[in-house]
Amino acid sequence: MSTAVAEVPVESRIHYLNASYGIKSWLFTTDHKRIALLYLGSITLMFFIGGAAAVLMRLHLIEPAGALVQPETYNKLFTMHGVVMVFFFLIPSIPATLGNFLVPMMIGARDLAFPRLNLLSWYVYITGATFTLYALISGGVDTGWTFYTPLSSHYVNTHVIATALGVFITGFSSILTGLNFIVTIHKMRAPGMTWKRMPLFLWSMYATSIIFVLGTPVIAVTLFLLGLERLFHVGIFDPAIGGDPVLFQHLFWFYSHPAVYIMILPGMGVVSELITCFSRKKPFGYIFIAYSSLAIAMISFFVWGHHMFVSSQSVYAGFIFSALSFAVAIPSAIKVFNWTATLYKGSISYQAPMLYALGFIGLFTMGGLTGLFLASLATDVHLHDTYFVIAHFHYIMVGGAVMAYLGGIHFWWPKITGRLYHDGWARVAAVVIFFGFNLTFFPQYMLGYLGMPRRYAVYPAEFQVLNVMSSAGASILGIGYLIPFIYLLWSIRYGPVAGPNPWGAKGLEWETPSPPPTDNFEESPVVPDEPYGYAKPEHAHV
Amino acid sequence: MSESAVNSGRLEATATHGVTPALHHQFEDIEQQREAGNFGMWIFLATEMLFFGAIFTAYIMYRVMYYPGFEAGSRGLEASFGATMTFVLLASSFTMAMSVHAAHAGKRRMLLGFLFATMLLGIIFLGLKFTEYTHKWHEQLVPGLNFHPAAESLRGAPEHAVELFMCFYFFMTGLHALHMIIGIGLLGVMAILAWQGKISPENYNRVEAAGLYWHFVDIIWIYLFPLLYLVGGRY
Amino acid sequence: MNLSYRLIAEVFMAQWPQLRPEDASTSAGQVDRLYFFLTGLTLFFTFSIFATIFYFMIRYRRRSEKERPPETEESKVLEITWIVIPGLICVGIFLWSASLFFAAARPPRGSAEIFVVGKQWMWQLQHPEGAREINQLHIPVGVPVQLTMTSEDVIHDFFVPAFRIKMDVVPGRYTSEWFQATKIGSYHLFCAQFCGTLHSGMQGSIEVMSPTDYAQWLRDNSGNKSMAESGQELFARLGCDTCHVTDGTGSGPALQGRFGKQVTLRDGQTRVMDDAYVRQSILTPGSLPLPNYRPVMPTFQGQISEEQILQLIAYLKSIGSERIEAP
Repeated sequence: MSTAVAEVPVESRIHYLNASYGIKSWLFTTDHKRIALLYLGSITLMFFIGGAAAVLMRLHLIEPAGALVQPETYNKLFTMHGVVMVFFFLIPSIPATLGNFLVPMMIGARDLAFPRLNLLSWYVYITGATFTLYALISGGVDTGWTFYTPLSSHYVNTHVIATALGVFITGFSSILTGLNFIVTIHKMRAPGMTWKRMPLFLWSMYATSIIFVLGTPVIAVTLFLLGLERLFHVGIFDPAIGGDPVLFQHLFWFYSHPAVYIMILPGMGVVSELITCFSRKKPFGYIFIAYSSLAIAMISFFVWGHHMFVSSQSVYAGFIFSALSFAVAIPSAIKVFNWTATLYKGSISYQAPMLYALGFIGLFTMGGLTGLFLASLATDVHLHDTYFVIAHFHYIMVGGAVMAYLGGIHFWWPKITGRLYHDGWARVAAVVIFFGFNLTFFPQYMLGYLGMPRRYAVYPAEFQVLNVMSSAGASILGIGYLIPFIYLLWSIRYGPVAGPNPWGAKGLEWETPSPPPTDNFEESPVVPDEPYGYAKPEHAHV
Repeated sequence: MSESAVNSGRLEATATHGVTPALHHQFEDIEQQREAGNFGMWIFLATEMLFFGAIFTAYIMYRVMYYPGFEAGSRGLEASFGATMTFVLLASSFTMAMSVHAAHAGKRRMLLGFLFATMLLGIIFLGLKFTEYTHKWHEQLVPGLNFHPAAESLRGAPEHAVELFMCFYFFMTGLHALHMIIGIGLLGVMAILAWQGKISPENYNRVEAAGLYWHFVDIIWIYLFPLLYLVGGRY
Repeated sequence: MNLSYRLIAEVFMAQWPQLRPEDASTSAGQVDRLYFFLTGLTLFFTFSIFATIFYFMIRYRRRSEKERPPETEESKVLEITWIVIPGLICVGIFLWSASLFFAAARPPRGSAEIFVVGKQWMWQLQHPEGAREINQLHIPVGVPVQLTMTSEDVIHDFFVPAFRIKMDVVPGRYTSEWFQATKIGSYHLFCAQFCGTLHSGMQGSIEVMSPTDYAQWLRDNSGNKSMAESGQELFARLGCDTCHVTDGTGSGPALQGRFGKQVTLRDGQTRVMDDAYVRQSILTPGSLPLPNYRPVMPTFQGQISEEQILQLIAYLKSIGSERIEAP
C-alpha cells in the first residue's frame, strides 16, 4: 500500500481547488485543471445517460420477441446509446479530463497555450450536448449513430437535425482541444524536455490531437450536408433525387474511422504510464511505443473503406482498404508486446490502476485481434453488421478505452483531489467490471458468427441463450461501474490526505503537491535526463 | 516623450511609454507567446483546409457525375461579378500584407490605414456577394426556398443537377462569406488594438496571425471562383 | 493436412452445435476455414499474452517497498521480430482472404438469375420464369444462383448466414452476389443494414430444394407469364414500342440484339447496355444522350416500380439475341 503522509493539512495550503470559491470562479475559470473537472462532471453525466440506454436494450433483448419496448423505441435506444457514448463520452473522455489536467503538468508548464480557448471548448461541448439532450428528451432519433442516407435524410421523422447539430457543434470542442494540445506540446515544453524525454502519455495525446484536428472538420461538413438535404430536399445523398448514398458513407467513415483511434490512443498512453509506475520500470521500447502512436494516427486516415466492403464499393478498393487495415494493426501489436516486456524483471504491485492496465492489455489484445477478422475481406462479408462487430468494438472501447480511463482516474485521483480512495474497494470493482464485461460481450462474438444481425429489436429464438448470458453480464458490469462512483466521491471528503507522490511514480506531475497550486509548480520543475528513471537512486526531495 | 512618440506615428517600447506587450501567465517569455500564437493559427488553418476540402471533394464528385447540370448552373452565374470579387480580394490581400508590414515597422498610421482598407475591400466583396444572391433570388434559383428555374437556365440539363449545383454554390460561397465576416471582425479588433497602441514591432504577431487567416480565406476564393464560375469555360 | 484440420474442427464443433451456423453453400466451408484459423490465432496470441503477463505478475511481484528493479536492456532484435512476424502473418491472411473475396465477387457463367427488390420492410423476389415470392426464396440445390438486387427506398442488405453471403441492397443501383447451395433445407434470410422501424422484422427464409422439387414448385407458382413476358406486356402498355420501333424507323433506337452490346453516347463515351444502363435510361433518359437521336424520351420516374424495371430488363435480354432488321 502507499505510504501517504499528510504533510500539510490540505485546508491551510492554497491550491487550485480552494484558490477561489463560488460558481463564477468555476464557470469563468481558465485554469486547465478546473476545466478538466468541468469536463469530468459533464462526461460522467453523459456516460450514465448512454449507459441507461444500454441497460434498457439489454433488458429488452432477454426475450426473442422483445421484452420491454416497441421496435421504434428500441431503435431510438441504440441510436442514442451510440451517439451519446461515441461523441459525448468516449471521444472527449481521456483527452478532455486527464489530458487537460496533465498535459501542462507533464511538460512543466503553468497552463495550456490557450487557456481561454480551452474554456470555450468546454462551453462548445455543453452547447452541443444540450442540443442532443433536447433531441433525446423530445423523442429521440432512430437512424443509428451512423445516420446512413437516405434513411436519415428522407425516411425518418425523428429529430435528426437536432442530434446532428449537437454532434456538429461538439466537434468544434474537439478541434479546439486538439489545437491547444498540439501548440502546447510543440512550444511549451520545459527547458531540457526534448521530445524523447516526454512521457508516453504526451506522445499519445499528440497523436490523438492530430486526428482531432484533421478528421473532425470532415464529419462537420458531412452532417451539415445531411442537414441541408433534409431541410431543403436537395439531392446530395438521396438517390431518388439524384444523390449518392454511398458518398455519405465515404464522408462519414473518413472521420469516424480515425475517431475510433481518438478513442483508444489516449487509453494506450495512460496504460504506458500505469505499467511503468506499477512495475517500477522504464518502458521497454520507449521510442517504438512513441512512434507507434504517430503511425496509428497517420495510417488511420486511410482505412475507412473497411466499413464498406459490402456497400457496393469496388472489389479493388476493398483490397486496398483491407491491406491498409492490416497495416494499422501492427503498431498496436508493437505496443502490447512492449508493455508486456516492461513487466519483465519488474517489481509489480497490484493496486487498482494496475489491475485496470493489465485488464486493458488482455481485453485490447482480444479486441484488436478480432479486428483482423473484420479487416479480412472474406470473413468480413459474413461478420459485417452482426453482433461480432459489436463485440469487437466493445472489447476495444469498453474493455480497452473505458478501463484505461478508469485506471487513469484512479491513478491521478490523489493528484487531482488530494485524497486517497479506498484501494480495496477499487480492486473489487475492477474485478467485477472485468468479469461483467467478458460475460456481456464474449457471447456476442458467437452470436455474430451464428448470424445475428445488429440493431435487431427481435431475433430468432435460437439466439436466446447467448443473449441472456450477455444481459446477465451487463447487469454485473453496471454494478461494477457504480461502485467507483460511490467510493471516489466518498474519498473527496473522507479519504486520507494524499502526499505529492503516493505511488512513487516518475513524472513532473508527481513533483508538485496534491492538489497542485493554480500555477502547477511552486518551483520550476527540474527535467530529468531521461523519463521513467525508476532504476535511478531516489533523490532526496522526491 | 510620449506625445512625440504618438505624433510620429511610431511606437516604441520605452519604459515610460509602457507599450510592453501583455505576457500571458502561461508563457515563459514573449517569444514563446508569439510562436505559440502563430503556430496555433497555422494549425487552425489546417483544420480549415480539411473542412473546405471535404466540401470540395463532394463538389468534384458531383461535377463529374452531373457535368451538364453543373455547366448549366455555372453559366447562370455572373462571371463578371465573380471576376470583380476576385480582384477585390486580391487587392485586399495586398493591403493586408501591407498592414503586417506596417505593424512590423511600427508605423501606426500606416497600419490603421491599411487595416481599414482591407476591411473596406472585404465589405465591398460582401456587398457584391449580397447583390449576387439577390439576383439569384429574383431568378428563382435558390434551392429549397425558391427554386423554379426557367427552361433556358437549365440548358437541357436535368433540374435536380442544376439544383445540386446551386446548392453547392450557396453552401461554398456562403461558408466563405461567413469566414470573410469573421475576418473583417478580426481586423476590426486589430484596428482597435492598433488604435490603443497595443501593436508594436515587438508585439505584432496578432496582426500577422490575422494576416494568415485573411490570406487563407482569399486562397479559398481563388479556388472557388474557377470551380463555380468558370465551368465549361467562357468565350 | 487441410482435411485433418477440418476434421478436428468439425468434431470439435459437433460437440457444440450451437456455435457454428449451418454450412450450406460451396463457399461456407472456405470462409469457415479462414475463420477458424483466425480464431486459433486470436486464442493463441491472447492466451500467450495472458500467460506471459500472469507469469510475470507472479514471478516479479513486489516483495518489498524498497525494491528497485534493474534496467533491462532494450532489444532492437526483439522489436524487429515482433513487427516482422505479425506483419508476415497479416500479409498471409490478407492474401488468403482476398482470393476468397475475389472469387465470391465473380459469379460462374450460366448462373441462374434471381431478381431481388428490397423495400421497407419486405423482400420481393422474382424468378425469370415468372414466379414471384415475398420474403422467401425457393432455389434448387447444387446450382449457382446470382442475385441482382435493388431497393425501392433505403439501403437494405441481403444476408444469408448459412451461405456466408452478404451484400447491401442500395436504392438507385443494382448490386449482386452469388452462391451455390449444397444442402437441402430452410435457412435464415436477414436484412443486415438498418433500414428503419421494422428492420428486425425484415426476415425471411431461403428454401433449398432438390432439382425435381424445385422444377415442380416453379411450375406450380409461375402463373402464365415469365418475367420477360411481363416485360413485353409492359413495353407495350407504357408505350415504349411507339418510339423503339423494331424496324428502326421510330424516334428511338430499335432494341433487339442490343442488350449487352456497347453503346456510344453523344459525347463520345462508350457504355455497355447492361441492367444499370437500362435502368438509367428509363428513369433519367436525359443523362444518356445518343448521337443521331433527339432527346425526346420522357422519364418514367414515379410511374414504374423497381420490379417492373427488372421485368423490362428481362424482356430486353430475351430479345437481345435477335438480329436488327434493316429498314
